[in-house]
Parts: sequence; C-alpha cells; structure tokens
Amino acid sequence: MFSRDAWKEIFETIQKNKLRTFLSGFTVAIGIFIFVVLYGFGNGLTNTFAKFFGDDATNVFFIFPGRTSVPYSGYKANRQIEFDNEDLADIEKNFAMFVDYITPRISRSGLVKYKNESNNYGNMGVAPSHQYSEKTIMMKGRYINNQDVKDKTKYAVIGRLVERDLFKDEDGLGKYIDIGGSSFKVIGVFQDDGGDNEERKIYIPYTTRQLIEKNTDKIDQMVLGFKPQIGYSGAMSLESSLEKYLKSKKFINPNDENGIFIRNIADQLKQNQQLASVLQIIVSFVAFGTIIAGIIGISNIMVFVVKERTKELGIRKALGATPKSVISTILLESIFITTISGFIGMLLGTVLLNSMGDTLEDYFITDPYIDTGIAVFATILLIICGALAGYVPARKAAKIKPIVALRDE
Amino acid sequence: MIEIKDLHKSYKMGNNSLHVLKGINFNVKEGELVAIMGSSGSGKSTLLNILGMLDVLDEGSYTLDGVPIVDLNETKAAKYRNKFLGFIFQSFNLINYKSAAENVALPLYYQGVGRKERQEKALKYLEQVGLKQWAGHLPSELSGGQKQRVAIARALAAEPKVLMADEPTGALDSKTSYEVMDLIQKINDAGNTILIVTHEPDIADMCKRIVHLKDGVIVEDKIVDQVRASQYV
Ligand SMILES: Nc1ncnc2c1ncn2[C@@H]1O[C@H](COP(=O)(O)OP(=O)(O)O)[C@@H](O)[C@H]1O
Ligand SMILES: [Mg+2]
Repeated sequence: MFSRDAWKEIFETIQKNKLRTFLSGFTVAIGIFIFVVLYGFGNGLTNTFAKFFGDDATNVFFIFPGRTSVPYSGYKANRQIEFDNEDLADIEKNFAMFVDYITPRISRSGLVKYKNESNNYGNMGVAPSHQYSEKTIMMKGRYINNQDVKDKTKYAVIGRLVERDLFKDEDGLGKYIDIGGSSFKVIGVFQDDGGDNEERKIYIPYTTRQLIEKNTDKIDQMVLGFKPQIGYSGAMSLESSLEKYLKSKKFINPNDENGIFIRNIADQLKQNQQLASVLQIIVSFVAFGTIIAGIIGISNIMVFVVKERTKELGIRKALGATPKSVISTILLESIFITTISGFIGMLLGTVLLNSMGDTLEDYFITDPYIDTGIAVFATILLIICGALAGYVPARKAAKIKPIVALRDE
Repeated sequence: MIEIKDLHKSYKMGNNSLHVLKGINFNVKEGELVAIMGSSGSGKSTLLNILGMLDVLDEGSYTLDGVPIVDLNETKAAKYRNKFLGFIFQSFNLINYKSAAENVALPLYYQGVGRKERQEKALKYLEQVGLKQWAGHLPSELSGGQKQRVAIARALAAEPKVLMADEPTGALDSKTSYEVMDLIQKINDAGNTILIVTHEPDIADMCKRIVHLKDGVIVEDKIVDQVRASQYV
C-alpha cells in the first residue's frame, strides 16, 4: 500500500488531474486559512482587552462628584457635589481596613514655558500615592512626597516627552518651568507605559494647586487604591458601602444615581475579560464552523471525485485492481492533497497573523496569534475527517462491479 | 482451457426475473479463436462477462485452465482477472489521462511488475500492434482503430491465458475492423486463446469456430474455414 510505486501512481494521477487536485486542495487550504485567521483574531481581541488595563493599577476606584437629580433632606435637586480635603481624611479613617491609599486629583491644563519653549500640557495636583495608581515609573529625580504636600512646595514632576519638548537635549532636572504663571522646580522625570499622552503630563502637589487657587480645600476627584487581598467580592462590597457613606455625608438621596459616581476598575476589568472571553468563544465557534464547512466541502468533493472516476476505477478493476487497492488509491490521493494544502493554508494563515501586528487595532484586534498546537490540531482534524469522508464513497466505488462501471451509456 | 457445464444466469429486476442463459455447455481449447454470435439481447455479453469473471453465474460450473472458478469474491476475481484474462471492449475503455504506454503498462502495475520492466513491456506490445511511435500520446490524440490497438496491446501485456473481446470492431468502420481482426488473427497465430463476441457475420468468419446463441442456449457450434483479414487491408 505504501510502496514507492503506489506513490508514483498517485503523484501521476494528481499531476494529470489538476482541476480535481485544485478543487480539493483549495477547499482544505481555505478552510484552514480562515480557521487560523479567525482564531488568531479571537486572541487579538483578548489582547486588546488585556492592554486597556495593562498600564494602570486595577485595584482602584475613581470617585467623581456629580449633580443631584432629586431633592433630599432640605436640599434642592441639581446641586453640584464637591469633595474637599476633609473627605479624603474621613474615607482614609473610616475604611482603613480596606484602603491602601487615597489620593486627590485636581486636573488643570495650560501653557507651560521654559526659556523660549512653550506648550500646552495637562497638570494634575496629586498626593504621593498617585504614583501607585498610575504605575508611574521615575526615570530620574523623585516623585511628589508627603513633605511637598505639607509644605505646598512649587515642585513639578514632568513626563519624559514634556522634558524632551521643552528642554531638548538639556537635562530638565532642577530647572524652573512656568506653569500657568507660577514658577515650578522640576524634581523628577517619569515615563509611563500608557502611551504618549501619559508622558505629556505634569504632576504637582495638590496642596500647591489649592494654594494657587485662593487657598481652597476643594478637590476634583479621588482615586482610592484598595488592598488587593480583599478580592473581587470585597471590592464590590467596598464600592457599595463607600457609596452609601459618601451619599449620607453629602446629603444625597440613597437612590439618586447622579450625585456621586464610582468607577470600579476591578469590576470593569472583570466585565471586559468576560466580554473578551465570550467574544473569543464566539469567534472560536465560527472558526470551528469553518473547519466543519471544510470537512463537508471535502466530503462533497470526494463524492464528486469518486463519481467522476467510476469508469476509470471500473477499468482498473477489470485489469486486476483489488477493492483494497481501489480504496487506497482514492484515500492516499485525498490524504496527500489535504495534507499538503492543509499545511499551506495553515502556514499562510499564520504568516498573515504574524504580519498583522497592531494594524487592526482600530477593530480591537491587537497582535493576533494562534498557538501552533491548535493550528496543527485543526489541520490534522480536517485531514482525518477528509479521509473518513473519502472512505465511504471510496468503499462504495470499490464495491461497484466493473461491468456496471463500464456499461456504455 | 475453458470448461462450462450447464450454466444458468438470470437478472432480477424488481419482482421480475429475466432468464438470460439457460443451460450453456461450452469448452474452449488452448489456441482457439472462437466467435460468439447471436442477435442483440441474446446473452452474448452476459456469457462473456461470466467467463471474464466480471459477473457471477447462478448455476453450473466454470473451470479456467484447470482452476474451478467458485466462491468468487471481489478480491479473488480481481486477482484471477489479472492473472488469466485480457479484455478488449467495444468502447476501448482506455484511461483518458494516461498515455498509450501508461495504459498498456497498467495491468502490469497490478501484477506487481517493477516500473522499468513495465515500461519496456509496454513498448514491446505497442510495437507489436504497430504503435510504438504513439507511446507518449493520450487516447484523445489517437484514432478509433489506434485506440483499439492500444487496448489490444494492454490486453496482451498481462500475458493472459485467454483474451476476451466484446464487439471489438463494433465502434469501427469496416476497413479499420479488418485491420483489428488482422491483428487478432496474428495474435492467435502466435498461440493465444481468444473469444470474440460479435453480431457481424464477416467478423465471425475470420475466426476458427463460431458459437451461435439464441434464446439463452447454444443453437449451433461449428468449426469454420478462417477468412484471413490480411487480404482486405
Ligand atoms: N445488468 C443487467 N440487468 C438486467 N438486465 C440485463 C443486464 N445486463 C443485460 N441484461 C439483459 O439481458 C439480456 C442479454 O443482454 P446481453 O448479454 O448484453 O445481450 P447481447 O450482448 O447479446 O446483446 C438483455 O435483454 C439485456 O437487457
Ligand atoms: Mg452485448
């Protein structure tokens, strides 16, 4: 069955029946190709979701003030809620069990100047622990510390790109820059994995910002890092008790959806991961659907091939071909073609995936890839199923009596 | 060479059964050239197919070269066909994507003959039928007579005990028919046993013996003076 002669006979048949070879080869190659690409896209989708949250801490709540939408305990509706320094301290005190750190954020933006260079940058009044929530990495110098907050120092920590824009090749550390009319000393330069925008920011002590703005004690938002040990359910219950606490502190109706907003990154991450894995499952489902379609396609082609060859097989049988040799001729031919074209399709699919990188990032597909194991498995599955599907008509053909096959129409 | 005793064959079609061969007794000795004659539908092809192990008999016995042909399963029939028999069909039945030489070599492939020897033998038999220069051509590039000669070379290549031809000239004009018969006569001269099914009297007269089938029985079985085909070509 596997003699050199048998293979030669098969190669000759394949060579001389190009259309047939092309049809079955193409079906298999396309099937595997689409499978590999779709499956790779599924992985790319997951990559994108992972990347969204990759650069920031995930054990974090963002707490924003809003406007009330219903009147409550003597206050009218549409009241603007504001946070101040006391709120920070109160939360830290009341939730000490769960809270790792809490930092305010006062975001402003404006012209920043150094000598003749100037540009618009966002600046943010923060506490030292803000470094953790943003995973800010210091390249040189240092971050804002507690002493800076206490002394309301005019110190600034600038992004890598801010330094490059303003100082060119100079070292910015220790130099003075002008932020919105006040002079700040650069005490540190940072980098951030979150992209260029993240590196075009300036951090200053929040107390300094408050001093500049008529010594107010208001803060824009709060970022709260909770202890990772409390887990997902701990985070969920912390979120609701925090909301209850703040609503009662600010006299907001407990059912008012708009007074205070808490963005729970852990919850969002989990939801997004769930969404990603649901999408991954759907995409894999479609991908395996293609494989099934490929199997059905190759089966149909095998039926067609056997039908087309009925007369030839009848001649071969009259000349002494045994049923076994008829079956093996058909099967080996189909296995040979599906194997070669299957691996071609797999290779092309893999090459396409690898060459794509992040060109499809706009469609939420980043660095699509497929595990070689899965690709090979799908290919082998198609080959085996193709062979099984070919076996049925092949056996039928082997059973046809030569006189029936040779009968003139 | 061939011994047939009391052979019966019917075709079942739904509830009806068509009794085609109704007790045939028939012997062929080595070196004979036998014509099986009869009108259309008289069962000539049926008889030849049974002799060729392309079909099975219902009743009776069949011995080929001393081997009783019984309990034929597909594999065994294929092996016997390959070893004992060469077929020539009315419609040639060449494989259309194989060259003349490859067609001739095919039975040798199923005999397990090595590639090189196959090619040599194929050329030898093509030469014998006068088509050596056409060895590399596809059947579609050959005329009807040439195709039948390739088919004859293929039947000869396996060096069978008996050659069986079902209306070998049925698709050919009379001049080409005589050329083919001339070839068949020469092969018979060399000692090969040949059975030819035909309904054309002139073709039958070119054989050495004529067996007449009618209504499923042999009505006549006579030795004739062979008309040589060479005088017409
Ligand atoms: N496979 C078959 N099934 C049913 N009937 C058949 C089959 N083959 C032949 N016959 C019938 O058997 C009879 C003899 O056929 P055949 O041997 O081919 O005749 P011939 O070759 O003498 O013309 C015909 O009536 C034909 O219709
Ligand atoms: Mg007939």
